[in-house]
Amino acid sequence: MKTLPIATLPLATVGIGLLAVWSLFVGVSDVSLATLFGGGAADQATQVLLVSRLPRTLALILAGAAMAVSGLLLQMLVRNRFVEPSTAGTAESAIFGMMMVSLLAPEMPVFGRMAVASLCALAGTGLFLAILRQVPLRSPLVVPLVGIMLGGVITAMTEFIAYRQDLIQSVRGWETGDFSAILLGRYELLWLSAALTGVAYLAADRFTVAGMGRDVATNLGIDHRKVMALGLVIVSMTTAAVIATCGMIPFLGLIVPNVVSLVRGDNMRGSLPWVALMGAGLVLACDIAGRLVIHPYEIPIGTMMGVIGSALFLYLLLRRNGHAG
Amino acid sequence: MIDVKNITKRYNGTVVVDGVSLSLPAGGVISLIGANGAGKSTLLSIISRLLPMSSGTVEIDGLDVTTTPGEVLARRLSILRQDNQIMSRLTVEDLVAFGRYPHSKGRLTEDDRGHIRNALRYLDLEPLAGRFLDELSGGQRQRAFIAMVLCQDTEYILLDEPLNNLDVKHAVAMMKLFRRTADAFGKTVVLVLHDINFASCYSDRIVAMRDGRVVHQGPPEVIITPEVIRDVYGVEAQVMENAGQRIALYYQ
Amino acid sequence: MPADRRILSPTIVLGGLSALTLLAIALFMTLGARGKWDFILAFRGTKIAAMVLVGYAVAVSTVLFQTITNNRILTPSVMGFDHLYRMIQTLLVFQFGSGLVASLDPRLRFGVEVASMVVFSGLLYWWLFNGAGRGDNRRSLHLLLLVGIVFGVLFRSLTSFLQRIIDPNEFLTVQDRLFANFNRVDVELLTVSALVVLAVSLVGWRWRRTFDVLALGRDAAINLGVEHRRAVMAVLVMVSILVSVSTALVGPITFFGLLVANLAYLVVRSHRHALILPAAVLLAVLTLVAGQLVLERVFGYNAALSIVIEFVGGLAFLFILVRGSAR
Repeated sequence: MKTLPIATLPLATVGIGLLAVWSLFVGVSDVSLATLFGGGAADQATQVLLVSRLPRTLALILAGAAMAVSGLLLQMLVRNRFVEPSTAGTAESAIFGMMMVSLLAPEMPVFGRMAVASLCALAGTGLFLAILRQVPLRSPLVVPLVGIMLGGVITAMTEFIAYRQDLIQSVRGWETGDFSAILLGRYELLWLSAALTGVAYLAADRFTVAGMGRDVATNLGIDHRKVMALGLVIVSMTTAAVIATCGMIPFLGLIVPNVVSLVRGDNMRGSLPWVALMGAGLVLACDIAGRLVIHPYEIPIGTMMGVIGSALFLYLLLRRNGHAG
Repeated sequence: MIDVKNITKRYNGTVVVDGVSLSLPAGGVISLIGANGAGKSTLLSIISRLLPMSSGTVEIDGLDVTTTPGEVLARRLSILRQDNQIMSRLTVEDLVAFGRYPHSKGRLTEDDRGHIRNALRYLDLEPLAGRFLDELSGGQRQRAFIAMVLCQDTEYILLDEPLNNLDVKHAVAMMKLFRRTADAFGKTVVLVLHDINFASCYSDRIVAMRDGRVVHQGPPEVIITPEVIRDVYGVEAQVMENAGQRIALYYQ
Repeated sequence: MPADRRILSPTIVLGGLSALTLLAIALFMTLGARGKWDFILAFRGTKIAAMVLVGYAVAVSTVLFQTITNNRILTPSVMGFDHLYRMIQTLLVFQFGSGLVASLDPRLRFGVEVASMVVFSGLLYWWLFNGAGRGDNRRSLHLLLLVGIVFGVLFRSLTSFLQRIIDPNEFLTVQDRLFANFNRVDVELLTVSALVVLAVSLVGWRWRRTFDVLALGRDAAINLGVEHRRAVMAVLVMVSILVSVSTALVGPITFFGLLVANLAYLVVRSHRHALILPAAVLLAVLTLVAGQLVLERVFGYNAALSIVIEFVGGLAFLFILVRGSAR
């Protein structure tokens, strides 16, 4: 591509790597090179590193990359710049699913929970698309509006049931992303979303073509419905896995693909690695900031992202006003 | 050969295409003309399996478009509708390269790259190859889409109002390109055209539609006559002959 | 069809609504009461007073807001007004410390909050509605809506961010002690809120015919000799005050105003604010009291009303959005 030299991708990877290393050494317990290799405290420091910091950092990278890519996929499939799992009813439906499992089958293993949440997310996104078909789209901005409202209605339903059953605390947990409780053994589900991100990369060309609309896709011999279905399954499962592990990270899937698109364009084969990388980077940076601002306490990433993400989203909306409105 | 048998298309009871049967031999430039709402675009979309028909069959070289796998058809027939709005930010070169997707599924071979270079050159897009589509004018974007379709290198090329957004110079260049595609490479180019004089000057065959039916078809000298134009469009026209080409004047 | 509906004259509609509302209030006060009457009446009376005030503030602010913005899906709360108020409350605590703010006279605190709210919201929404300094002062409705919703999210996130910084250890306690929510009404503010609402209403009532003209749109209003700019600013100030009242009493509620305002347009079928406003107020109070009554006495739920309202209101919003765009 003419816009950026090839070497910038490895360079960015190194940058993210540095962030990840930093993330390993930020926290309440003293983990540093000195304590790791030094005298008596070394065992404990190693323990903290392996059980808590390393899983947390990996979880941040995996969840960040997966959510950003989910946003990109959804934008391609819906053909709208302003959708992502939290503006399309996907995330809220997944939370509904998680809540129903806690209510009806509290003993279910985490993988089963995620499967149920994925199905709900798929159904919710399907409902969103069905409503969109009823709306002749005068303005691209109606799409996220419908999604946000649908999400609001689903959330109200979830909270109503949760309120009666004393599950409101858990629901709040899924609604606000937080990595502070990530430990070894409690984040491995995210590898699944990493695998799904890989699948998305393999099918990148199909998704780019789907993003050009049904007619162009059909002309190029692609079964539009199959690509849609594959994409929606990837998005639903990824969202469910992230919510089940660490809770929702809002706006990530919106901001990152939009920024990458400005610089790199939307040929997904080229842009997807960037989206994944930047997603991981943004989440890492937000989480590190959240750990530093009121050290030794933490601000959950859901809140950090809510502030940064909505501010950036507003910027995108108002900047685009000229042609989007 | 494109073989259309008894195609009907209804929308909530309104008949848009009404029992059309049409047989278009391979090779040459064929223009579809007719007034607004005559059913030209709908027919083109049905032939290219973008729209399902209410009844009837379409066969491309004996392949039924409703049952033949999409990727097989995509190597034989390409279609470009009007109003190609895409929100993706793709470069012109990216877009044109996707024309090779039916052949190489995204892993470009040297042969594919040759096609891409040629398509860019034919449509005068080389200077714009690295630009994003949303940075182009309407006419430049239209040329980029046509380049994608040509790059697809199919036997049959169907285009719905390809001259939209083009100025006179590019419109003439475009029609010459279609002519050359048909003459030098033996392709079949089917166009929906609004300008009957372009249809007259560049087509081997013209198909005229009215109210969802094919009312006239034949070479330009048969179609471009005051009688046929009156029958198809309901306007009075004079037809002049100039260097063997028939030009209709209907401006009074 | 309209002819059939018009058989009910606005007077009858208003009369009917009043009767229903009074009935609901009476039932709420008496139904299932056990024990000392003076205690029950005082206890439930406070609840009723809060619901009436909130219903009043939400209904009036929504109708007026829709009048100046000239459409029926924008509401102050959809546009993030009440989250802005909540953020201002938090900012004050953040600035002066939770101890000081908690020891302050709640009425004084309320006064400071309302004043800051008027200034902030005035500036922000003036900027938004006037195209942020661009020559073109008509922004797309959908853009406005989306921007408003995202502003709401921003304010909400900033609020919880600030609350964590104030006291990460007692995040929830701070939140509960200093900020009202639908389940914990701030009764200390009832009297002062009532006075504020009364004052706003007195001013507003004199403007009621101007509102009718404003509802015709900017160009028509200017043509008819209304000082459009000034009138809109005045309405924005009133709306800010009313939203402050309802948020201070029960916290943010997003879709309630949308629901009652649109119901009011449906039953009154008149352009006159002298009719629409009372109808919206009655509908709001009726919905709140009857809803609370049904949930509390019939289902035994204690505090789920706000959630039910969000659910129904959200559905209504989707419906209006889908139907409105389809037209």
